[in-house]
Order: sequence, then C-alpha cells, then structure tokens
Amino acid sequence: MPLPMKKGPPGNALSSPALIIGILFLAASALFPSESYGSAYAPAPLLGPGDYPSVKGLSPRLAVWLAAQMHVWFAAFVLAVPIFVVILEFIGVVKKDARYDRVAYEFLRVSITAFSLTAITGGMLLGALIVFYPGLMRYLASIFGPTAIFYALFFLLETAALYTYYYGWKRMAEGRSKLLHLAVGLGLNISGTGLMFVANAWVTFMMTPSGVDGAGVFSGNLWEAVNNHLWSPMNLHRFIANIAYGGSIVGAYAAYRFLGASNEEERAHYDWMGYTASLIAIGALLPLPFAGYWLTAEIYAFSQQMGITLMGGVFAWLFIIQAVIIGALFLAANYYLWCGFGRGAYGDAYIKYVKYIALVVAASFLVWFTPHTLILTPSEARAIGGQYHPYLGPLGLMPAKNTAVNMMLLFTFLSFILYRRAHRRPVAAWVKYWNALQAGLFTAAVANISFLGVYYGYFTNTVYKVASSVPQVATTLFVIVACLVIEWLMGRGGKREDFKWGRMPERSQYALILIAVSFTWLMGLMGFVRSAIRQHWHVYSIMKDASAEAFTPSIAYAAKVVSTGTIVFLAIVVFIFWLGGMGQGSEAGKDG
Amino acid sequence: MRLFKFIAINLFFYALLKAPGLLAGKPIPSSVITMYMFFIVVTVLLVMTITDEGANELFAPLRSLLEDPSRSLARNILFVLLPIGAALSVYYSAAEPAPPFELRSAHPAPPGAVRAYGKAYELDGLENPLRPLEREDPAAFKEMVREGGEVYFRNCLFCHGAKLDGRGHYAHAMDPLPMPFTGSDTIAQLKESYLFWRIVRGGPGLPREGGPNISAMPAWEDELTEEEVWKVILFIYDYTGNRPRSWKD
Repeated sequence: MPLPMKKGPPGNALSSPALIIGILFLAASALFPSESYGSAYAPAPLLGPGDYPSVKGLSPRLAVWLAAQMHVWFAAFVLAVPIFVVILEFIGVVKKDARYDRVAYEFLRVSITAFSLTAITGGMLLGALIVFYPGLMRYLASIFGPTAIFYALFFLLETAALYTYYYGWKRMAEGRSKLLHLAVGLGLNISGTGLMFVANAWVTFMMTPSGVDGAGVFSGNLWEAVNNHLWSPMNLHRFIANIAYGGSIVGAYAAYRFLGASNEEERAHYDWMGYTASLIAIGALLPLPFAGYWLTAEIYAFSQQMGITLMGGVFAWLFIIQAVIIGALFLAANYYLWCGFGRGAYGDAYIKYVKYIALVVAASFLVWFTPHTLILTPSEARAIGGQYHPYLGPLGLMPAKNTAVNMMLLFTFLSFILYRRAHRRPVAAWVKYWNALQAGLFTAAVANISFLGVYYGYFTNTVYKVASSVPQVATTLFVIVACLVIEWLMGRGGKREDFKWGRMPERSQYALILIAVSFTWLMGLMGFVRSAIRQHWHVYSIMKDASAEAFTPSIAYAAKVVSTGTIVFLAIVVFIFWLGGMGQGSEAGKDG
Repeated sequence: MRLFKFIAINLFFYALLKAPGLLAGKPIPSSVITMYMFFIVVTVLLVMTITDEGANELFAPLRSLLEDPSRSLARNILFVLLPIGAALSVYYSAAEPAPPFELRSAHPAPPGAVRAYGKAYELDGLENPLRPLEREDPAAFKEMVREGGEVYFRNCLFCHGAKLDGRGHYAHAMDPLPMPFTGSDTIAQLKESYLFWRIVRGGPGLPREGGPNISAMPAWEDELTEEEVWKVILFIYDYTGNRPRSWKD
C-alpha cells in the first residue's frame, strides 16, 4: 500500500531565480537596439574573431554548451512532471482513488527543487550567450525580440501557476476547488509548454532559418521565422521526450527510495510509484522514434548537407551510440516488466515466453545499432572487399532500422500484455478465440513489417523505401490499440488479483535507474549532434561563426563533455532526491 | 547446470558470429562482434535472472567457488589462472601490432554548393538535366545511357570494375577501396547531385570532416565535360538497376 499523504510543502521552492531571469531578460532587451524592430532590417552581420569577448582560461563554447545542456535537462524534467501530475490527479478524481492523488503530489514535490535549478541554469545560459556571443544574440533578438515578451509572460504565468498548484494542493482538495486546482495544473502545463515553444523557435531558426533572405535580411514576418522547418517537429519531439524523461527520473527516484526502504509499506509504495513512472516513461518512449524520424526527415529536406552530416557523415558514429543507448533502454524496460511478473498471482505462467521475446528484442537491437560503414582492421577490409559487409551491409540502412525498431516496440508491448495478465485470469468461454485473434494480429504484423522493410526497403526505389516506414508504424500502432481493446474485452468479468506491490527483486530497480541514466546521456549526446550539424554556422547558411572555436570538435571530446555533464547533472539529481527524502522526513515529523 | 547453460548459449552465438568468416571468408569485423557479444551476454544474463530462484541458481556455482572453504584449492587455481589469462591476452594482442582503426566517413556530407566548369552549382535541389529524357524520350535516354557507358569503360572501369562492383584492375592496390555501385546500400541511397559532386571534385574535393580522406578518386572536372558526367551517372544507375534518391524522398 502506498504511504499516507504528507502535509505541507517543504520550504520555499521558488525564490530569487525568477527575479534573476527576469532581470536578465530586461538587460538583454536593453542591449539590443530598437531600430531592429523597425521596417528596415540589416543583413546578418559578418563577424570577425574580435567580435567574441574572451575570458582567459575559459572556453566560451564549452561554457555555453554545458549551461545549455544543464538547462535543457532540468527544463525537460520540470516540463514533464506537471504533465503527468495533472493526468494522475485527474485519474484520481475520476476513479475516486486517493493513491493517484498522493503519488501525483509526491511527483510534484520531488520536482520542485528542479524548478529553481531550471531558472538558475537558464539564467546562466542567457548570461553566457550575451557575454560570449553578443553579435549572434543581437542578430537573433533583431528578429525574435518580440517573442521575449511571450517568453517572459509564459514564465510569469508558469511561476504563478506552479505556486498556486503546489501550495494549494491541500486547500483545494475537495469539490469544485479540486476542479479549479486541476485547471491551475492545466494552466501550468500550457504556460510551460508555451515557454518551450518560444525557446524552440530561436533554436530551430538557427538550424533552418526562414523569413530571411540569403543575406539574413529579415522579411518582417515574425511568424514565418518562428514557424521554420524544424519548429513543429522539434516541439513535438521535445514534448513527447520530456514526458518520457520526466517519467524516467521519477522512476529512478522511486527506485532510489525502494532500495533504501525501511519497511514493507514503504517498499510497496515506491514499487507502485516506480511502476507508474516507468509506465509513463515507456508509454512516451513508444512514439518517440517516429517523432524523431519526422524531425530528421525535415532536417534532410531542408539541407542535404546537414542530413548527410547527421546520419551518413561524421556524426553517424554518434548515431550508433544513440542506437546502443536506446536499445539498452528497451532491454531495461523489458527486464523491469519481466521481473514484475512476480507481482501477480499468475505471473509464473508467462515466464516461459520471456526467452522468445528477449530473442526478438535482442536481435532487433543488434540490427538497430549495426553500423553501415564498419570499423575495420586492414585485414578485415581486404577480406570483405570494401567498407560494406556483404551480409551486414543491408542491416546498416534505414529500412532495416525501421523494421527493427517496430519489432522492438511490438515485443516490448507483448511484454506489457503478459505483465498485465500476471494478475488477471479471463474466465469467459471465448477467451481462446480472443487469444487466437491476438496471436494472429501479432503474426500478421510481424509478417507485414518484415515484408514492407525487406521488399520496399531493398527491392524498390527510394520513394517507396522511405514511404514504407509509414505503414510499418501504422501496423505497430494498430496492433497495440487492437490488442489493448481485446485485453479490455477479455478482462471483463474475469478473475483479478491485486498486484503484490513491493514483491520485486532489488536488481529490477537498477533497470529503472539505468533508464534514467540512459535518457540523460542520450539527450546530451543527441542534443550535441543536432546543434553541431550546423558546423561553422551560427545561423545555418546565413551567419557564420567566426570565433576561434568554430570547428567541429572530435567525437571523443564531445563524448567527454556530454558524459561529464551527465555525471554532474545526475549528481545534482541525487542531491535533489536526498533533499526530497529530507523534506518528507520533516513533514512526517510534523505529522507525527 | 544453469551457469553451464549460460556459457553454452553465449558460445553458440559467438560461434554463429564467427561462422561467416570461417565458412565464407567474409568475417564479421571484430568491432561488431564485440558490440554484439556484449549485448548478447547481457540479454542472456537478464533472461536468466528474472526470478530470484533463477538468479540464485545461476550464481550458486560462482558463490560456492568464492566462498566455500572446502574449495580453496580450486579458488587458488582460478586466481592464478585469471591473471595469466589476462596477461596472455594482452601479449597476443600486442605481439602483432595492427594499424589503428579509422573512423572514416564513406559518404561524407557534400557542400551546399560546388564550383566546377567555371560556374557554381547549388547541390541542394540540383537535378540531372538528362534524367527527364527517361520519361519524355526513352530512345534518346537509352542513347545517353549508352554514351555514359562508353565514358565509364574508358575512364572508371580500372578502379570501379567491369561489373561496377568496386573490383577494378587497380582496386587491390588502393586503401580505401573503390566504392562498389552494385547493391542497394551505396548509390541507391544518394541523389544524383551527390554523385556529380563526387565525380567532378574527386578525392581532393572531399571535406575535412570524417577524414582521413585519402581517396585516390581524381577530380574529373579536368577530364570529362559536364554532359559526360551526367551521362555516366545515368549509366551507373541504369547498369546496376538502382534508382537515384530524388528530392521528393
């Protein structure tokens, strides 16, 4: 059983950071000349090395890089948590189940310190950009200056909504005020998401500028600049990814608390919390590859150079690392579900299927990260006769990757179906027909996805090759929805035993921690790749970076920076977890 | 027993990965085998430790070997053999030094624009001007392909081979090896503008990214006319049965 709800928030969650960022915005506005907003716009400035202030012993690029990365990690977390907090609160209201309300409140409490850190790192990022890249910021502000008003407005709204939502949780717990509380939560999400959309406009403009001519002269149409090629795909990708990320961090928190639980009740509570958070994370992870595919397709459509740099050129190796980390995520998620069979009364019956699911997931995983251009010793290159292996070569192409990721999704979903059945036993006479239908759907889906991948991927021209990924995705989504409906129909009137929360091996909790670490690392890695494909441009093809650091760093250097950032961020997260535990302890003391 | 099963399953997959090299002379690169085996071992380990009983059974022999006082002799032998094994592994890997791996990009990103034949070509959106003939005048298109074939066999054959498989007369003296055009994983992935860039600018025109770019491909701008370049592109797609990637993809 989950723990009883604690009363009262721990201390003052938001303080000076809100003021800091507001002041920085005002300072930034004052720096940029007002003629930029007039009818005549200047071309993008041609900068020289002297236009970049330097501080001895400090790398401007590294400073901006790390500040941006820290900000994005914290921001992703604090944008995500309110999304599923509101969803959980809503479910709690509809189901009249106080457990959801309690866990929603605890999610929010865990994230509250991160709001302050998001604002602090955002201020650091803005400060670093203004100090080290004034020319770029001046040019961007000449176009996007008016959006700063929206940014500030969303920020204020988010802050106000957060205060009201968090501190009003207990006071607005009943009747109409509960609905009002939910509305405040919705407002918190809308303002937070709006904030991200504004920031995304600046970032995506730097990659796929629009609303400007070849010299960078702004047309005056702000919406055109905002709604550039990547804005919508980036908004969608970040929105979904944030949910997955927030779920993973809260899952790691629950695992951390589970491992340190002092009694069965606590253990059961954090087991349930970890499961709920991981379910949200994995649920959001499922559509993420497709959103990423759209984002990448738009990059390629905008610029062949950027597209090939991203996936076929120098950054292709980082994509292999990305594939490895994503595969590890899927494996960890599946392992967590398999271990969860033990929570249910009927789970043992399904353990025998795990090895087959594992075989498919692992085989798909290996295809998923097989590189096209191989790392070869000279003798291997001679034996193979080139850079491409006769058997592995086709596995390095997108049709194979698309097929593999759909298989991974399908079989991860199968793990979830079996997990659900671990505590249910349908008793209707026609159950075997429903089972047969599900088996048929899975078989047909595997056959269809394989056929689409192999035939259209390798035996037709590229128009069909690229287009075939859409019916593959549709097949996967159809099977997921259809099987869920069938499961629901089968479950009606069946026997249902409660899960025995807390009956999980401790090693399963490390899977939750691995998911959070993998997500963090992945975000840092792919964030670098996305940004770095601009190469020596501040604004791609419009405004050159003339600073001393306008070169693409080596993969090793990038990996070191990203990994160091990951370690620092996760160390702060562990500190936040510890603070969360302290806060809970003090609240419990008050309760007592 | 369970530990034995764990080892046997992993050995089976290892043998499977070594088979192409041993049986067909097409080894799976050691870098790939290392990556594959790491995750195969992890997956097998995960499957075998879902339940506490399974995990205990798997690790029981190891625990016994390390903790059981009656097995001190076996334990001491193991502790001697392990460092010897590690030392031998290091010795043999260092005894035959191999050149370092090269993370070369086989398909580096093209520039946005390229200068050739006294003018600038914007590669984004650039189409083969002869390609429309395929639909508008098939006979003329066929003739263009034939002429492209002549260009190929006069100039490209020596490295890229009579079958366009990258096995020309000079191929075996080169590192990196000439690119094959057959199969679905080279030119089928590229737009014709990419090939145009690679042909007219050759190895010297490659970007620095993803180097070392030690390609021996000449810059054909000095040897072939623009029309000959577009014709030879038609030919290599036609001969290999591939379709170029289009800007609509």
